[in-house]
Parts: sequence; C-alpha cells; structure tokens
Amino acid sequence: MGMGVDVRNQMAKRAAEEIHTGMVVNLGIGIPSLVPNHLSSETKVMFHAENGITGMGPSPSKGKEDENLCNAGGFPVTLTKGGSYCDSAISFGMIRRGRVDLTILGSLQVSNRGDLANWIVPGKKVPGMGGAMELAQKAKKVIVVMNHCDKQGNPKIVSSCTLPLTSSACVDLIITELAVFRVTEEGLLLTELFAPYSLETVVTKTGCEFKIRETVRMIPY
Amino acid sequence: MENPFGKVTSLEAVMEYFHDGMTLMFGGFGGVGSPPDIIDGILEKGVRDLTLIGNDTGFPHIGIGKLVSQQRASKVIASHIGSNPFAGQLMHDGKLEVEFSPQGILAERIRAGGVGLPAILSDIGLDNELVVKDKPYISLADRRYLLETALTAEVSIVYAKKADEYGNLIYDKSARNTNPLVAMAGDITIAEVEEIVPLGTLSPDAIITPGVFVDYVILSKGVNWKWAWE
Repeated sequence: MGMGVDVRNQMAKRAAEEIHTGMVVNLGIGIPSLVPNHLSSETKVMFHAENGITGMGPSPSKGKEDENLCNAGGFPVTLTKGGSYCDSAISFGMIRRGRVDLTILGSLQVSNRGDLANWIVPGKKVPGMGGAMELAQKAKKVIVVMNHCDKQGNPKIVSSCTLPLTSSACVDLIITELAVFRVTEEGLLLTELFAPYSLETVVTKTGCEFKIRETVRMIPY
Repeated sequence: MENPFGKVTSLEAVMEYFHDGMTLMFGGFGGVGSPPDIIDGILEKGVRDLTLIGNDTGFPHIGIGKLVSQQRASKVIASHIGSNPFAGQLMHDGKLEVEFSPQGILAERIRAGGVGLPAILSDIGLDNELVVKDKPYISLADRRYLLETALTAEVSIVYAKKADEYGNLIYDKSARNTNPLVAMAGDITIAEVEEIVPLGTLSPDAIITPGVFVDYVILSKGVNWKWAWE
C-alpha cells in the first residue's frame, strides 16, 4: 500500500509542531524532508546537515543549483542568513556534544521502549548506518515518522525489534499515518489519532500493547 | 607561476604514487568534494586491489563510486554504501570487504590519524554488534567506551576550491565535508583544485587546510560526471 502525498504531508505537518524558534534540527530523507514546508515564517530554525551545513535552506529553483552546496543526500540546497559550513568532524561534534535539539528520522521498526532499528535488513539492503547512530543516540529529541506497517502489512511498532538496532531507548515520539505515540518510562502512550482511523484499527496494526491518553486528540485530515 | 616549494605539479607526475594493493583515502560526501581527475587517472592506470577509506562509496558513476563499480577495490572503510548498488552487490557476492563505521566516528578516526593520535574513545554504536565487533572496551570514570583506532593511508586525495603554491587550501561550501580531515591523514596528500594562486593571495584567516599537510597540488579540469539531481 503506497502512501499518497497528502498522507505524507499530514505526518510532516504534525512533526512540524515539535519545532520551535532557536532549535537546531536535523532531518532525515523521505517524509522528514517535507517538514520545513509546514513551518510558519516566524519559526526561526537552523537546519543541520551531516555533511557540514548549519542553516540549510530550501531547494534552489531549477537552474540555480550549486553542485557544491548539497544536503547529506546529495541534492542541491541553499544557505539561510547566519548559516555556516564546517567539516564532517565538527558537524558530528555538534551532534555528540548535544547541540542538535531535534532529529526527525524514518525507521524500519521501533520498539515500545523506544529502540530504533533503521539501518539494516539482514540479507537484503546493506546501506550502512551513515550518521543515524550518532543522531539517534545524541540528538536531544528523536522523532520517528514512518508508515504504521511495512509493505507486507507487518506492524513496525513492536514489543522488541527483530532487526539490528541503530540505538536502544532513544526514540521520544512516533508519528505514523494512523496515530501519534509518546515513548514513556512505562512504554508507549497513544496521544493522538488521525481522524479517519479508529482506536481498534491502531490496536490491530500495532505489534505491542500501549496505553491511551485520557483525552486523545483527533487530528483532522 | 614560481612554484618555490615544488608542490604544484601535474596529474601525470603524481600517478607514480598509485599502485595495486595500496590504501587510498579520499575526500567527498556522496561525490561532492571528490577529486574527478585523480579518480579518472587511477581508473586509467588500471590500479586494483585498493583499500578505500572515505565517507561513502558515491554513486556508480560519481566520485569514488567509479572505482568501486569497476571492481578496483577489495576493501572499503566507510559509513554508507547505499547510493552505490554495485558496492552492496559486490559485498553480497564476497568480492568486496566492507567495514562500516558510524559517520562521525569515521571522521574522527581519520582526524585522529591526521593529527598523530593512535585511537579515540567512543560511546557510539555500543548497542550494535557490528560496531563493537573485535574492538576493545576501555573504562573511564565508571563508563564503558569503545576503542576506535585511527586511520591513515599511503595516499590521501582531496578536492578544494583554491590552493596557493604552498598547498594552503580553501574549500567550496559543502564540498569541504571530509576533505580537511582526509588531507591530514595521508602519508602523501595530493590536492586537486579548481584554481592555483600565487603565495600571499589567499587570506591567511580563510585558509582551512594549512599547506603543511599537502604534498602536491594539481589543477582540476572540473567535475566530469552528471549529478543524480541533474
């Protein structure tokens, strides 16, 4: 089941609510890259890229690309006022030193204690961890934005990850096309539902037990 | 051009440093900031059995990816190979050994090699069996760390925007990435640059890599591949 652009943007829009002025934010590829489209112009954020950009701006218009100004995925970006370049060691120094406030990542699996498995499917893709381990372990807040189930329909939110971990107990918030969960000391807490879906649907499609907040916020589509 | 230090030279002249079985460290991130002419020179010379050390394996036709997809490497130390499907296939087929290192730790291992340190202590990837494999643990102030060894290479190749005749380098925007680190970690470091200027032309405050670390400078013909976004 592929996801429409609207669904992806709905998830990105919800993730954007977590971003506030003054933050340093690192975005993963895919849905996380849509998040800046949902920020108000009053929210002043420094977007960080692993390849050494602080203050990354939107993609340039066609014909204005600079081959030496690209994001970590290799695609052209721009630099905002106050932005700067640094080498890869400094860039990751910012992450490990706790100066990156928030990272928004995709994932293959997340456990109910916030374990993240997003870098390898044994016997299938072998992409390497890239910068995901540092970001997952050291960013102050980690948000996962992902499909609720994989392409075979298996839950991606599970009681224990079966895939190799990127980092354990690192995820703070999970946003899927069905619901939003906070990772707490007692496990997952469902806080929000996307309007067309029922709690029953979420329970059926989730691979672990979770608590439900007294007042669940319904997010309209 | 006066060339008082003898560092400014040609691609042909530096090709003698590339040979089968060598360790080669390269600057660049997804091909951005990788030296195109030197990579083509290595391809044309037919050098094989390389141990490549760098951030990633580029794209099949971009950056160091050219050497990987034409099976010139027997080993790669990198953080990511996902943008080059040949690398994954060769690894799967047992034709390419891949050592994965978390991206920032890889950068620090290269930096450590470049500044004369034997290793660093790290707490990145302690939960991952692939990262911790065969690495000693060190206890410090009641916490456990991994010993991550420094990386150096027989030759480092980097790409920069400008060099002067001493090999002082400045880089262009995000094409800086791993280049200043890689430049320090080669026994011999060769910089391919877009422009070579006389001594005294670069602002001393703007120089990122002091020429102390650079042995040779060659003038680039420029990037000759088509980017994935083009």
